[in-house]
Amino acid sequence: MNIFERLMQLDRRWVFLLLAIVCVITYASSFEVPILVEPEVRSIFQFIDTLPKGSVVFVPMDYDPGSMAELHPMTYAIVEQCWRKEFKVLITALSQNGPGMADQAIREIVDSLKVPKTYNGVSYPAREIVNGVDYAFLGYKPYPAIVILGMGQNFRLPFPLDYYGTPLDSLPMMRDIQNYSDIACAINISGTNATDYWISYGQGRFGFPLAIGVTGVSTAQYYPYLGSRQIFGIMGGMLGAAEYEELADNAGNAKDAMRVQLSAHLVIIAFVIMGNVGFFATMRKRKRGLAEGGR
Amino acid sequence: MDYTTFLWTTAGAFLTLCIFSFLYKDNPFYKFAEHLFAGLSAGYFAMILWHNGLIPKLMYARLDDGNWYLLWLDSSKPWYLIPALLGILMWARFSKKYQWVSRFPLAMYIGIGAGMAIPLEMRARVNEQLSAMMRSIDWSHFFGTNGFNLLDTMSGLSQSIVFIGAICGLVYFFFSKAHTGVFGGMAKFGIWILMIGFGASFGFTVMARVSLFINRMQFLDQRWIKPAIAPSAPWWYELVLYFVAAVVVAYAAWELAVFLRRKKNPETNQVI
Repeated sequence: MNIFERLMQLDRRWVFLLLAIVCVITYASSFEVPILVEPEVRSIFQFIDTLPKGSVVFVPMDYDPGSMAELHPMTYAIVEQCWRKEFKVLITALSQNGPGMADQAIREIVDSLKVPKTYNGVSYPAREIVNGVDYAFLGYKPYPAIVILGMGQNFRLPFPLDYYGTPLDSLPMMRDIQNYSDIACAINISGTNATDYWISYGQGRFGFPLAIGVTGVSTAQYYPYLGSRQIFGIMGGMLGAAEYEELADNAGNAKDAMRVQLSAHLVIIAFVIMGNVGFFATMRKRKRGLAEGGR
Repeated sequence: MDYTTFLWTTAGAFLTLCIFSFLYKDNPFYKFAEHLFAGLSAGYFAMILWHNGLIPKLMYARLDDGNWYLLWLDSSKPWYLIPALLGILMWARFSKKYQWVSRFPLAMYIGIGAGMAIPLEMRARVNEQLSAMMRSIDWSHFFGTNGFNLLDTMSGLSQSIVFIGAICGLVYFFFSKAHTGVFGGMAKFGIWILMIGFGASFGFTVMARVSLFINRMQFLDQRWIKPAIAPSAPWWYELVLYFVAAVVVAYAAWELAVFLRRKKNPETNQVI
């Protein structure tokens, strides 16, 4: 058995083991990977960055813990940016296993606002973020399409109460917010097909500015909506999150993970090349075997 | 970190390692974690639906609002009885004799869904996409809207590729004419465009899977190991950490022993 035949019969667990070793070693190291920011991510950052103080940014967190690896960093960077710039943030969680996770994320971001920080050379003082004043978390309701259409009439239709059981009319922030015409933009961060609903039933029906942050698996399928200008920006997977963190000058888990992504991709590319070399090198022998078997 | 948070985090760390053990082979630890995950998700979802759907819509107990209630149904919204009854009819599927009744709510559901979806989906996914594909090419920004950038999705070059790629992709799926000559060339270009699309999806998928692994590493490091070995942490935190590590090492050693025994004596290759 030559080296190519051995290559073709390599147990896949060796690939997993090597990948795990490379990932752990790279994670433990501390070099930084330069991040090239794509225009589709920059457009989201610039849109939010140029909004006037007091604007309402709608952040539907339509994902569950299975997608938090890629989508949490986007949420953290965007919501923190909004609160540092003194915007109001409206949040929903239209994925059934997501409301508890979203609530925990909100609490953590609220805590991070309690210390002063400097982003892109601008110093921001510490802020006490108050539920109902600086943000409203509406929680979950089943059937995203119907909920999205309902919110277009009035947020109170699908959500008479917020996640914590307070009537929406009792929240100071919600007094001037009736429907999508009162929001500056929606940044849908989703790990489900809720993004389709936001594009078709939300932006398509009501015409508000929409940007999306999606998992890597579904990123490619949403690029056509960028070209048709149905969305003004897209963040794809952990790379999209890292690009946003780079722009916001707020390094988090996504930017920190890029060196591991780089090394893991190099290992995978090496294995793809090895697999192809092995495949083509043993092709003649396989064909000969098939021909002999056919006689 | 208080001790309850630490213990829950330890449970999370242990379950993470249980799931990863499947990369070697199926085993009882993996099975336990898998079943726990499936059961928890189903239970959590059922409760979320109960508290966010049924309770507020049908059984919202505002008994001091002056309305009368029949079986907790809010009398100020009597039309809610209709979907409630339709929902109950769904359960008729469990009866062989009356399962035809469940077709009424299903018909209603599908009818409403189709009526709601068709115009909006047609507009967002077909009309808007067609309109974007046929937009006149931006010659003044052919190589990028903000300077030279071949990857700019808004550039004239990108618009041209989208237009030609869409036409050729459609030609590939047109089977009423033989794929020969110019038509065949267009179909071949179409399949290349499709392959580039699939390649992009595959690349993003690889990134997504690696992201999940990185996230678990970050969880184990930032939320479990570092708090456990922090100087301010109670002494037993570190002990718990070593205990879980010992379980992992013991299992790995046991698997290694089984593997070596089988390699040494292939005849005793029984499933343990």
